[in-house]
Amino acid sequence: MTGWIEIGALDDIPRLGSRVVRTPAGNIAVFRTESDEVFALDDRCPHKGGPLSQGIVHNKRVTCPLHNFVIELASGQAVAPDEGCTHTHLAKVENGVVWLSVRQAAAVS
Amino acid sequence: MLDKVTKQKLVVIGNGMAGIRTVEALLERAPDLYDITVFGSEPYGNYNRILLSPVLAGEKTVDDIMLNTVDWYEDNNITLRKGETISMIDRRTCEVVTDAGDRVPYDRLLIATGSNPIMLPLPGKDLPGVIGFRDIYDVDRMIKASTDYRNAVVIGGGLLGLEAANGLMKRGMNVTVVHLLDTLMERQLDPVAGGLLRKSLEERGMVFKMPAQTQAILGEDRVTGVRFGDGTELPADLVVMAVGIRPNFELAKKAGLYCERGIVVSDTMQTYDGRIYAVGECVQHRRQTYGLVAPLFDQAKVCANHLAMKGFATYDGSVTSTKLKVTGIDLFSAGDFAPGPDKEEIVLQDANRGVYKRIILKDKKIVGAVLYGDTIDGPWYFQHLRDGTDVSHMRERLVFGAANLGDGGVNGQNSVAAMSDETEICGCNGVCKGAIVKAISEKKLFTLDDVRAHTKASSSCGSCTGLVEQVLAFTLGGDYSAAPKVKPLCKCTDHSHDDVRRVIVEQQLKTIPAVMRFMEWKTLNGCHSCRPALNYYLLATWPGEYRDDQQSRFINERVHANIQKDGTYSVVPRMWGGVTTPGELRAIADVAEKFNIPTVKVTGGQRIDLLGVKKEDLPAVWADLNDAGMVSGHAYAKGLRTVKTCVGSEWCRFGTQDSTGLGVKLEKFMWGSWTPAKVKLGVSGCPRNCAEATCKDVGVVCVDSGYEIHFAGAAGLHIKGTEFLTKVETEDETLEVIVALTQLYREEGWYLERMYKWCDRVGLEQIRKRVVDDIANRKALFARFAHSQQFAQTDPWAERASRGVDRNEFAPLAELELA
Ligand SMILES: Cc1cc2nc3c(=O)[nH]c(=O)nc-3n(C[C@H](O)[C@H](O)[C@H](O)COP(=O)(O)OP(=O)(O)OC[C@H]3O[C@@H](n4cnc5c(N)ncnc54)[C@H](O)[C@@H]3O)c2cc1C
Ligand code: SF4
Ligand code: SF4
Repeated sequence: MTGWIEIGALDDIPRLGSRVVRTPAGNIAVFRTESDEVFALDDRCPHKGGPLSQGIVHNKRVTCPLHNFVIELASGQAVAPDEGCTHTHLAKVENGVVWLSVRQAAAVS
Repeated sequence: MLDKVTKQKLVVIGNGMAGIRTVEALLERAPDLYDITVFGSEPYGNYNRILLSPVLAGEKTVDDIMLNTVDWYEDNNITLRKGETISMIDRRTCEVVTDAGDRVPYDRLLIATGSNPIMLPLPGKDLPGVIGFRDIYDVDRMIKASTDYRNAVVIGGGLLGLEAANGLMKRGMNVTVVHLLDTLMERQLDPVAGGLLRKSLEERGMVFKMPAQTQAILGEDRVTGVRFGDGTELPADLVVMAVGIRPNFELAKKAGLYCERGIVVSDTMQTYDGRIYAVGECVQHRRQTYGLVAPLFDQAKVCANHLAMKGFATYDGSVTSTKLKVTGIDLFSAGDFAPGPDKEEIVLQDANRGVYKRIILKDKKIVGAVLYGDTIDGPWYFQHLRDGTDVSHMRERLVFGAANLGDGGVNGQNSVAAMSDETEICGCNGVCKGAIVKAISEKKLFTLDDVRAHTKASSSCGSCTGLVEQVLAFTLGGDYSAAPKVKPLCKCTDHSHDDVRRVIVEQQLKTIPAVMRFMEWKTLNGCHSCRPALNYYLLATWPGEYRDDQQSRFINERVHANIQKDGTYSVVPRMWGGVTTPGELRAIADVAEKFNIPTVKVTGGQRIDLLGVKKEDLPAVWADLNDAGMVSGHAYAKGLRTVKTCVGSEWCRFGTQDSTGLGVKLEKFMWGSWTPAKVKLGVSGCPRNCAEATCKDVGVVCVDSGYEIHFAGAAGLHIKGTEFLTKVETEDETLEVIVALTQLYREEGWYLERMYKWCDRVGLEQIRKRVVDDIANRKALFARFAHSQQFAQTDPWAERASRGVDRNEFAPLAELELA
């Protein structure tokens, strides 16, 4: 796991939206909920690899744009009846700044 | 295209409930498709056979129960040949033959001959005074007998027999009911409920002889008595045989159609001869015959769908429920209640109140219910039975009914029957129970929609729909075929699309959170189904006022390109009417090379698709296309997509009008508009139809004398030819009609509901009335569309390529170089 890295301002991510952080190991999607919580997941749906950052965010979930898999932002788990899990990373907001801590092993894709 | 000069001929045999319900449903879907002729043996219009019982009991008159008078047939250009019986079907020449020898040709034939009462083959069965209970003629004879004679014997202790006996008793006769078994209505009731029923009928003066077998009917010129198997005799001046019905399929059988216990039909209500359909009590479907109206009405709907050449509905059989129509006796039964090893029962018996309830469960679901004395919850149990609801969580209190479940999940299921007439049912429109009951009985309403139209109850927020349905079920008895539950918009709400749209307007709701709050959404922020729907509804309702919520849009509409399976995008610039120029082609070629776009493909909608563009390249690609004068083709949008044209009179030797020019005009006027689902247009220069206009959402076929406008076609998952809407003379009129049509669809369609589905739901005639016939309305629709275009016609590509809209969307938030 990396240490905390500053990746940008909270306001640069739309509410109920997401932005992408590029890494050599693949994209990480950083989500912002309606109540300004942030979550980070590999930008790959466990189903067919769809870019989760492009999905519709609702409550603490995102729907994959390719086949409507619904993924829990906190755990990366697909919501039943679908199955699968996306790797999560740590994310936090401090004074309007978003921080990310990448779990290396997970981002290999 | 259908030949509009010589219409196909539809002949209907049987002017009863199933046949005419089918015709009504057909007229709704395709009013002009057929020349319809109806033959009916009975000398009347169409009446509600179910209500013969109250007529016999003196509670209603024959006039009260007429459903369609002779005028109705005339108004709808239907030839009614009442009092004429068909004696033969000649399948070789496709003709029916009347008993007077008249031959009438058909293209399609509908058999709806109902059934006949079974007359037991007893000695004396043909004596005057021995009758069945089936039609007005029988009722007339019974009423006459009740004034002239005293003693009646009813053979058969089923639903029909008891209603006949009750009616004759009300008319002052001494009535004895003879039944073969020792339980009344044994097909609907268990012995306990049968016993309770018998007791309360005896208290009213009815006499029972059961179990008893009838051996002979006695008399010389007229019936005088009945003799039984045990040798006893009863005096009788009138004998009503009500031991059952036999599907009336002799005619079909003689014509060589395959019959078993009824005319055998497929799931599309077709007999073994594809030109011949059959509905009602005369048919056998999946080994099942029916003797109640609710299933017949389901059949009618499916049959009409196929006669109207829509060809997608199927009939899967019905589950039925029964209610005895004897005033003062409450009895309800549904489903299967024979005991079995894998079944569980919940029984409640309250001798003091005269209440008995038995609910039969299997695999956590209700499979049967018998209610006596307190039937208010009948429809509620029946709903769960049909829906196959898992009821294990409410098992303990199930037998006490919906009202005792508190949050049982069904709204307003209080004791409708126990409510006073003044109880308000519909809060929005201030309609009380008495008014609804009155409208149902006086105007002979059958369905929820009827009640809505006549009383306005449940026509606003709709939260009282459950109650109104209960009032309907309670007022009509077994007569009510429950409309399918309104489908909620999605799992986040119980409200339907229509409710949501209506409330947005009525309550002036202008943001997604406001709608969710007001309509008590069950989830925070909704989901991927409802958010885009709400976003569209708000956008369509409040043009210029509502700010499009990008986060509630599906990705394609957010980035104005189509996401591909590898996460790249495809880009399709608009080519007005499918016409392009060397300059545009050159620009497209340059873009493709500059951005290493792997695939360049011509689409079905006459334009060019650039596939495999990386998301971050999108703004630059658009900028280059914009520079060459091209704008977004909205190939990703629930909105106006393409207008496909042929070359028309400008080049083609067959062309009658400038189809290309008209297509361009339409596209220029309509591009940028959002609609419930995608909209594709086609314009052909002559009936050879090279632009395939008749499988588009809206299609124009030019002819010498003008423009034929068609709509509601589709050629995707489903293939469906268009419906003819109207013909106009000028290009301007064509534009006006098409724009008005699209606007109506924008205002009424459910999100993701294609135009053809909307048309099937709302009805072609309804749409034509408002778009073609009512010119003021057409102009108003047109004006509303034009108004909203002011705010819609900005090129989303230009906004993003050069005006910095949504810049964040296309760039990463950060790039990390992890060690
Ligand atoms: C007294 C009574 C009470 C009922 N109560 C209920 C109830 O409470 N709930 C319920 O759901 N159902 C009830 N039913 C049953 C219901 O009425 C029938 O299921 C329904 O009417 C059947 O419709 P159908 O169109 O198949 O037949 P019908 O309505 O009988 O129509 C058939 C018509 O075809 C005509 N016909 C037959 N052969 C020919 C021919 N060769 N040429 C021309 N015309 C022909 C007949 O004269 C008849 O008019 C009741 C029935 C009766 C009689
Ligand atoms: S509040 Fe309401 S309509 Fe609405 S329709 Fe209601 S009760 Fe009836
Ligand atoms: S539809 Fe008619 S006018 Fe158009 S190209 Fe075909 S033949 Fe010519």
